[in-house]
Amino acid sequence: MNREQLLRIYHTMFLIRRLEEESATLYQQGKIGGFLHLYIGQEALGTGVISARLEKDRVITAYRDHGIAIACGMEAKVMMAELLGKATGCSKGKGGSMHLADVSLNFWGGHAIVGAHLPLAAGMALADKYRGSDAVTICFFGEGATNIGYFHEALNLSMVWQLPVLWVCENNQYGMGTAVERASAVTEIRKKAEGFGMPNARVDGMNVMEVHEAGQSALGHVRSKGPFLLEAVTYRYRGHSMGDPERYRQREEVERWQREDPIGLLRRHLLENAQIQPAELETEDSRVEVEVREAIQFAEASPEPEAEALFADVYAEDALVAEVR
Amino acid sequence: MPLLTMREAISQALWEEMERDERVFILGEEVGVWGGTYAVTKGFYDHFGPERVRDTPIAEAVIVGAANGAAMAGLKPVAELMTINFAFLAMDQIVNHSAKLRSMFGGQFTVPVVIRAVGGGGRQLGATHSQTPDVVFAHFPGLKVVAPGTPHDAKGLLKAAIRSEDPVIFVEHATLYHTRGEVPEGEFLESIGTSKVQRRGRDVTLVTYSKMLQLSMQAAEVLAQEHIEVEIVDLRTLRPLDMAPVIDSFKRTNRAVIVEEGWRSFGVGAEVASRIYEEAFDYVDAPIQRVGQKEVPLPYNRTLEQLALPQVEDIVRAVREVC
Repeated sequence: MNREQLLRIYHTMFLIRRLEEESATLYQQGKIGGFLHLYIGQEALGTGVISARLEKDRVITAYRDHGIAIACGMEAKVMMAELLGKATGCSKGKGGSMHLADVSLNFWGGHAIVGAHLPLAAGMALADKYRGSDAVTICFFGEGATNIGYFHEALNLSMVWQLPVLWVCENNQYGMGTAVERASAVTEIRKKAEGFGMPNARVDGMNVMEVHEAGQSALGHVRSKGPFLLEAVTYRYRGHSMGDPERYRQREEVERWQREDPIGLLRRHLLENAQIQPAELETEDSRVEVEVREAIQFAEASPEPEAEALFADVYAEDALVAEVR
Repeated sequence: MPLLTMREAISQALWEEMERDERVFILGEEVGVWGGTYAVTKGFYDHFGPERVRDTPIAEAVIVGAANGAAMAGLKPVAELMTINFAFLAMDQIVNHSAKLRSMFGGQFTVPVVIRAVGGGGRQLGATHSQTPDVVFAHFPGLKVVAPGTPHDAKGLLKAAIRSEDPVIFVEHATLYHTRGEVPEGEFLESIGTSKVQRRGRDVTLVTYSKMLQLSMQAAEVLAQEHIEVEIVDLRTLRPLDMAPVIDSFKRTNRAVIVEEGWRSFGVGAEVASRIYEEAFDYVDAPIQRVGQKEVPLPYNRTLEQLALPQVEDIVRAVREVC
């Protein structure tokens, strides 16, 4: 990657980190409702894989979706407005934190039922193959989702039908509060792909350069040969969602992972190996701070959805709207 | 007008829509090489090929899930569920995805999927394979639920369902596949979300749909001999529910019987009766009657099974009750 690409990746990762930190504050202030699942610690993963995609490649993920949305190019203010439930949010305030999407960015959500978006990914890939496109669908999911039936049905079908899906497992060690070894018979998730005869790889999910390279090579495989499972080993610093008492892990474990912080790692790499000056990073940091501040201002100043919006978009055929009861 | 069976009418609808629109494709268990477990897609695999007539693993969640995904990405999938009882294995996809992807993302996604599901009792298949759970699906805003009772409506409504931009659950009653009826030649569509008067009468309004339409028509013949003239309103679509012809008829007859094959509890009868009371209370001359299945899982034994399912005599008795 050249300097420009590296700086862009740094910008994205730091923007995700800062937006998440501010989201936590807004949640504590009661401005964000419902559930809030933070991506802090996992920034290198989504950013690294998505930086390797082509524009035509689709991205779909689970409910820990803020970082994926930003990595796909969603504007910070549009994301923040959705978190605050505003009419200017990407889903017009109807989806919230777990249901971000922007079709124009080829980002297909943000899905909150564990495993349920894996069949959706298979279907979207089928549509691309059906039309003769060589686009790939990139499907992110946690290691917890690999224990549910959907995972097995979707991976099996993708092999039987040779669907162009890159399955990306974000192994962050815990499904809510249950450690991977307490929930999964196989803890090296990539091995599950073997059962479907699917090529696979495991990568350090904290190192964005390695993730980018692994993503690039996996995408190449999918585009020319067929489905592939990429497992990226990562860690979430915060609880599963806000209000998680974190009784299932020790502070030392979190600190151990934080020593290998993906953003810190990238900063060191940029300064030591990429001839980037500290001043350049400072400039990038202050650009991020402005973006975050403006996003919050935009979201707070945005209007609530109108009451009439309640009945909008339930059906595509508007004539039916009056009869949705 | 040619007489077609329900099976032929449904098959024609699928064939014509696949010829008309390349985005339309079929997926499901045994839809291809086998020709469909109810032979609805017989000949399709040879004519349209394996890309458009896709045999799937026995895995309902991914059948409906992949259909949802393909629909989001611009295709027009018709997923076949071998029986509606297997839809419960795909319930999350139907309820949490087909029905919600559009509104939950502020209208960004369109999910033009058709889920054909074969339902109904009466074939001694035991409790898990004999259900009529149509109302379960009709509970959810975002879905359309269509259940035709004649070959004519089956063809016109299935074609409309495939052209719809919304997700449609299309319920076919397994014991209706041999039922014959007049079906016009050439292109025609029926409008989803419209009820239809299938028989005119001045004494009582009988509201029904799907298989029970056929039984209700027979009951009306019996009652005609007693000089009771039954008006039959066929709902055809459970969601969105078109009450206008029901209310219009009820205001003339002031009496109603609602007939469904499924259990009465929380059912079509409960819904339609409530709406009549809400919208036409001043016209009520007798308590509204409901006919439905006995509140038990359907038994295998033929005599017991028939005892549990609504019969022509049950309908006749209910009508006499209100007249």
